[in-house]
Amino acid sequence: MNAIVKLSRRDFLKQSTLVGGGLLLACYLPFPGAVAADTAVPFAPNAFLRIGSDGSVTIICHKSEMGQGVYTALPTIVAEELDCAWEKVKIEQSPVAPEYAHTMFGSMVTGGSTSVRSEWQRLAQAGATARAMLVAAAAAGWKIDPAACRTENGAVYHPDGRRLSYGQLATKAAKLAVPPQVALKDPARYRLIGRPLARLDSPAKINGQARFGLDVQRPGLLVAVIARPPVFGATLRGFNADKANSVPGVRAVVAVPAGVAVVADGFWPARQARALLEIAWDEGAGAALASAGLRQQFATLAATPGLVAHRAGDVTAALERATVRLEAEYEVPYLAHATMEPLNCTVDLKADGCDIWTGSQMQTVDRDAAARVAGLQPEQVRLHTTFLGGGFGRRANPASDFVVEAVQVAKAIKQPVKVIRTREDDMRAGYYRPCWYDRISAGLDADKQVSAWRHTIVGQSIMAGTAFAGMIKDGIDETSVEGAADTPYAFPNLLVDLHTPQLPVTVLWWRSVGHSHTAFVVESFLDEVAHAAGTDPVTLRRTLLAQQPRPRGVLELAASKAGWGTPLAAGRGRGIAVHASFGSYLAQVAEVSLEKNGRVRVHRVVCAIDCGRVVNPDTIAAQMESGIAFGLSAALHGAITLKAGRVEQGNFDDYPLLRLDEMPQVEVHIVPSSEAPGGVGEPGVPPIAPAVANALFALSGARVRSLPLTPEKVLAALAKG
Amino acid sequence: MITLTVNGKKYQVAAPPDTPLLWVLREELKLTGTKFGCGEGLCGACTVHLDGVATRSCITPLAEAAGKKVVTIEGLAVSHPVKQAWLTEEVSQCGYCQPGQIMSAAALLKSKPKPSEAEIDGAMSGNLCRCGTYQRVRKAVHRAAAAPKGGSK
Repeated sequence: MNAIVKLSRRDFLKQSTLVGGGLLLACYLPFPGAVAADTAVPFAPNAFLRIGSDGSVTIICHKSEMGQGVYTALPTIVAEELDCAWEKVKIEQSPVAPEYAHTMFGSMVTGGSTSVRSEWQRLAQAGATARAMLVAAAAAGWKIDPAACRTENGAVYHPDGRRLSYGQLATKAAKLAVPPQVALKDPARYRLIGRPLARLDSPAKINGQARFGLDVQRPGLLVAVIARPPVFGATLRGFNADKANSVPGVRAVVAVPAGVAVVADGFWPARQARALLEIAWDEGAGAALASAGLRQQFATLAATPGLVAHRAGDVTAALERATVRLEAEYEVPYLAHATMEPLNCTVDLKADGCDIWTGSQMQTVDRDAAARVAGLQPEQVRLHTTFLGGGFGRRANPASDFVVEAVQVAKAIKQPVKVIRTREDDMRAGYYRPCWYDRISAGLDADKQVSAWRHTIVGQSIMAGTAFAGMIKDGIDETSVEGAADTPYAFPNLLVDLHTPQLPVTVLWWRSVGHSHTAFVVESFLDEVAHAAGTDPVTLRRTLLAQQPRPRGVLELAASKAGWGTPLAAGRGRGIAVHASFGSYLAQVAEVSLEKNGRVRVHRVVCAIDCGRVVNPDTIAAQMESGIAFGLSAALHGAITLKAGRVEQGNFDDYPLLRLDEMPQVEVHIVPSSEAPGGVGEPGVPPIAPAVANALFALSGARVRSLPLTPEKVLAALAKG
Repeated sequence: MITLTVNGKKYQVAAPPDTPLLWVLREELKLTGTKFGCGEGLCGACTVHLDGVATRSCITPLAEAAGKKVVTIEGLAVSHPVKQAWLTEEVSQCGYCQPGQIMSAAALLKSKPKPSEAEIDGAMSGNLCRCGTYQRVRKAVHRAAAAPKGGSK
């Protein structure tokens, strides 16, 4: 899967030139004061690295920095093999070009918690190749065998102690042929990998200097807001802009496919004027959508067999034979990504080219979509990736919604424009985590062992109708069943089936995708099974994971660090969940209390992760804290609901996120491992909701099978007892 | 024209007096460190100091800032103990909310040099962070509170 980029330097430079007047000029520099120096490029052996004659090392990052730490982790891998001075490393965001395509997806993508996993090999090669060339250049000058040289901190050393810095060698090294493949370092010799190096983007982020999409400035830049359809699938019938046009600073009001755009000198007049628009919409069938109706529709489907996603043994017979049978229904709502930076995009469209500045996780797709709207060739569109004020999948939209609409506006007004979404625009425009309804049953045999597990899932497909639809196999969108169909538990008879209703509500990957839902259902229900069997939840999982050392390892680690089985303070309950996703294995133990009003409080979370080889342990801890907070927002608060086709939430008052006073104490324990690296951006999310729900049950006997765990639901479950 | 003092510098601003201070800072003065998150004073990303008090600039009309001292993230010294603590604790992830977090923390420590947990909760819970950096925010506030005086303004 790790295709090595086999471009010679000449090919690379040629390709870069094609991409738009030279790679260096096409690069967006999200840091202040960062300049594309050394345009002469003394030494650029591959697409990821430049070494200046001053010894400066510029590492080109082709993944989007959205908080997950790629601007630090990926350069660490290059610098490790290059043996350069870490303090001299500068980062530059790559442009959109074939050599920066995802090794698995074939186009530029940051997602699926894949950056370290998919790039390690080729970035290590990029660093090692450059090092080999610098060594060869030094050895040739010294007339010795390159194998006799060693490298350290940005210099090549002769056995007699003489030294030549990489800067001194850069021009000479550039004249050498690029070796096709070189040996990588023995991990025992790592100096950077495995250490908690400080994030390279932190200084810019504490000074207000990091440039996000919303911060882009251009000469003559106008600002637009768009009035979008109030319900999914509605179309514009007509509008009256007389009042809107009377607002000082308004430049234009134009209909575009996305809606009615109000363009002004700044955000405030645009927003004020938009409120004065009179618009008539043809609402269509979408106006009938309501969450209550969807729930009914999904529940009816869940009672019927769906398309089989995974089958092992004979689950029907096993359920019939079971001594104890359990059945339950679970549900989770639509969720908004709610990145702190609302979606926005800046476009400067000319007759022969287009510049776009935005925080994108899917640059090639976005660029190509922009080209189609603009009527240009993809190579004529330069997409500049800024820092992302949060991504979580929202900025990886196969439909490129926030880019397409901005190009539409730029095309209509023929001036550079930044389209900004208000928080309400951002929250109400769809592309949600799908809502799900699950019916699940299990059987226990006479020995209280789980003999049958049947799980029916109902929910929309994320990939259907997109460029990813080809990945749907036999009607099964893998992202709908991941975490359920591929369960690590040894259920002798297992059936997972799927219904995929089609609805006008747009859906999208939301940090941890299908796992965000399946972990809650599987891990909550397994807890129910444990209690029904009279078995401790950790003991039951240990038995079911007997042949699965990595998930069992994190189970044992989390249980032991959390003091599983030891007494808790009065009024506290403990719950556990185990879940594997994106190549990593996690277990979390949550400690909760319950207020009289039904409010659940989470005090402590112990998180064990096995993500294979570690680049930066502090980044992993940070991503676990982050995933847990993100998952808690959904577990305790999050729900997007529809009424008469309209999204009922709009801002942080009715779509609350976790706040500082609700943040538990999080302890992260990383399993030492030499396995292949796993992802860390998403896997922290799935286990927290079931861990909390299980803790609530352990504390109070209230089993809540619906997220979020609102006080109303908790009180109702308590009353049911 | 409204006269505005931002980070010690005087500006003449032509925007209508009801324009939120946030958009004047960002679009007129090009001080983009102050962020737009919600427009309703719900998330704290737009926090600045108005005469030393943490204020949500997205719901503060320009007219209200006239004659007061506005300090934004760009006006807080890099050596400020809060900024330094933010670096030491590696608080930032996506970084978008952090200017607001830092401005809230700096205002808190000015009025309460040794804040209790409850006081930190009270002062910092109005600043949302979707990346969930709260545990580190709390640690950084404690670290900044413990920092020796001096090196900041």
